[in-house]
Amino acid sequence: MTAGWMLHYTEKESSVAARGIDEILLGFARMLQVAGIDVTPDRTQSMIAAVGELDVLNQDDVYWAGRLTLCNNPDDLGKYDAGFAAYFEGKEAIPRNPADAPTPRPMTMPVGLNQPQDEQAEEPSDDEDPLPGQASAQEVLRHKDLAELTDSDRRALRRMFELLAPAAATRRSRRYRDSHTGITDAHKSIRSAMRTGGEFTRLERRDRRVRPRKLVIIGDISGSMAPYTDPILRFAHAAVRRNPTSTEVFTLGTRLTRVTRELRLRDPDKALQAAGAAIPDWSGGTQLGEMLRAFLDRWGQRGAARRATVVIFSDGWERGDPDLLGEQMQRLHRLAHTVIWANPHKGHDGYEPLTGGIIAALPSIDHFVAGHSFDSYAELAKVIADA
Amino acid sequence: MGMKQYDAPADLAAALDKTDYIADDGLATAAFLALRMGRPLFLEGDAGVGKTALAQALATVLDATLIRLQCYEGIDASQALYDWDFARQMLHLRAAEADESTQREEVEQELYGRRFLIARPLLQALETTPSVLLIDELDRADDEFEAFLLEVLAESSVTIPELGTIKATTPPLTVITSNRTREVHDALKRRCLYHWVSHPSFDREVEIIRRRLPEVSESLSRQVARAVGTLRQADLLKPPGVAEAIDWAQALHLLGVRELSPENAARSLGAVLKYREDAERVLAGDLDTLLGG
Repeated sequence: MTAGWMLHYTEKESSVAARGIDEILLGFARMLQVAGIDVTPDRTQSMIAAVGELDVLNQDDVYWAGRLTLCNNPDDLGKYDAGFAAYFEGKEAIPRNPADAPTPRPMTMPVGLNQPQDEQAEEPSDDEDPLPGQASAQEVLRHKDLAELTDSDRRALRRMFELLAPAAATRRSRRYRDSHTGITDAHKSIRSAMRTGGEFTRLERRDRRVRPRKLVIIGDISGSMAPYTDPILRFAHAAVRRNPTSTEVFTLGTRLTRVTRELRLRDPDKALQAAGAAIPDWSGGTQLGEMLRAFLDRWGQRGAARRATVVIFSDGWERGDPDLLGEQMQRLHRLAHTVIWANPHKGHDGYEPLTGGIIAALPSIDHFVAGHSFDSYAELAKVIADA
Repeated sequence: MGMKQYDAPADLAAALDKTDYIADDGLATAAFLALRMGRPLFLEGDAGVGKTALAQALATVLDATLIRLQCYEGIDASQALYDWDFARQMLHLRAAEADESTQREEVEQELYGRRFLIARPLLQALETTPSVLLIDELDRADDEFEAFLLEVLAESSVTIPELGTIKATTPPLTVITSNRTREVHDALKRRCLYHWVSHPSFDREVEIIRRRLPEVSESLSRQVARAVGTLRQADLLKPPGVAEAIDWAQALHLLGVRELSPENAARSLGAVLKYREDAERVLAGDLDTLLGG
């Protein structure tokens, strides 16, 4: 316990009595909610109960009571520390670790993500089915570079992205299911014999269940990729909707952000808005190697990338050290089942993988594909399914 | 018999200390609240920071039986909760058939009695008082398993259709660990107290090494703790945990080392680094700076 805390607290003692400890704690919980921690009413109740078990006049006790009940993943801890300092110690909300800091919402979102209000009004026109005569127009649209789309093109494509359902290939799980053809299930056969008074009337069988392979999508959202971030997130949303529990999505620019949770929203536009709000580093620079390392340290190595199909969307424009990128790609390649790299520039005529980043990454890539048009995304979905 | 209680986190920390588990404020408060509030404790952190060891130490301190459920892909209720011993049931049935005098209904009653039930870890924990239930590496189990676990934890009881409900007289103190290979569902976390276990501070690490290996000199323990601390900053595939620090100190001691030097550090690096790439990277760098001069 620090003397400063005591002082701070005793000064306020009269008001503490008046407002009640609970109210102070509720205010703290509300503030953390604003700072981006998922504080639910039952968690707040838990905090109040926890403080009740401890010494409310002890700063450390209050700190731990809150942290143990309100946080639920390591990303919350930085925000919590900053919030605690600001609320109880009256300090400026400077987080200890700037990487975990809640940052102001971006003002410059890529086109299409941050829908202007007037577009909402036009929404009903989206519901009209494309007429047969529009088929050829759609065909053109499929091959058009996503960076050159008009607003109406983009609206038309939105639908098509929803229909795209990228799913990784299946693998045989360690879990069994009932089957007519598999191996004999002695255990279950005896169990069913019990029902008929110990008489075996049939043999029960079981077989391995088939599950989708894990799919990890990593989207580069730096400035050079700005025209493509909207389709990348739409593609990722379609994948998450297809297999919500076995798909993970991350964005990287100057920071690594996990947007899986946001993309689980059913409505694609709402999901993209939520993801947009969660991503703090739109259109900045990229340090691919650095970010890939962060991904591998925090998620990949622990298991998210193990035996998974990993898709990286990036132009390979590396501001950092290409060697580091090469090293991290090798690491990823060792963990993952398949590494796919989708590069929008690959679809352009005369493209050659010359940037330092791509050269370093190429040896660790299983499939190097284009990612500039809707058609290339449909192609990518096939590559993922066959991987 | 209920679960032993403590008045303050510091008392619990002192008790843990006697079993040679050195808990910092956060961990002691987390365990204290878990006991007081009857909530499961959800521990996340890098491998080797002492998550599992805490459950063991708590069991010792509380005079409770430690029951461990190791999770893996495909684990289900019959492996985690209970199962009927079908083979024995069958034998019993055959024996009853041979014996003319037994009543049919009686046999059926006996057949689903407690003695034919095999208690797996979760049921064992409910039936054993007091007990510490360690659910290890929950992230390895399928997400269907979490929903099932949530039910058992929330009720502290199990309903077996043929037998009735078995309820714990004193719910076990539950410790769940996860290595974060996937995100565990919110509904489960919400029931728990969440604690991120970080690597120990320098002083605490020195103390842990000293406690575990009294034969190793203080100066060598300090050198090892400092070097391991530096290694954790060195961007390795597998940063060493406390367990590796202890292994290393022991290896050095067995090699007859009194002072850590670049030569003997290089020779014993296998005790602390578990990847070839890591060892290469450290050996290629400046071992002097690693040892802190």
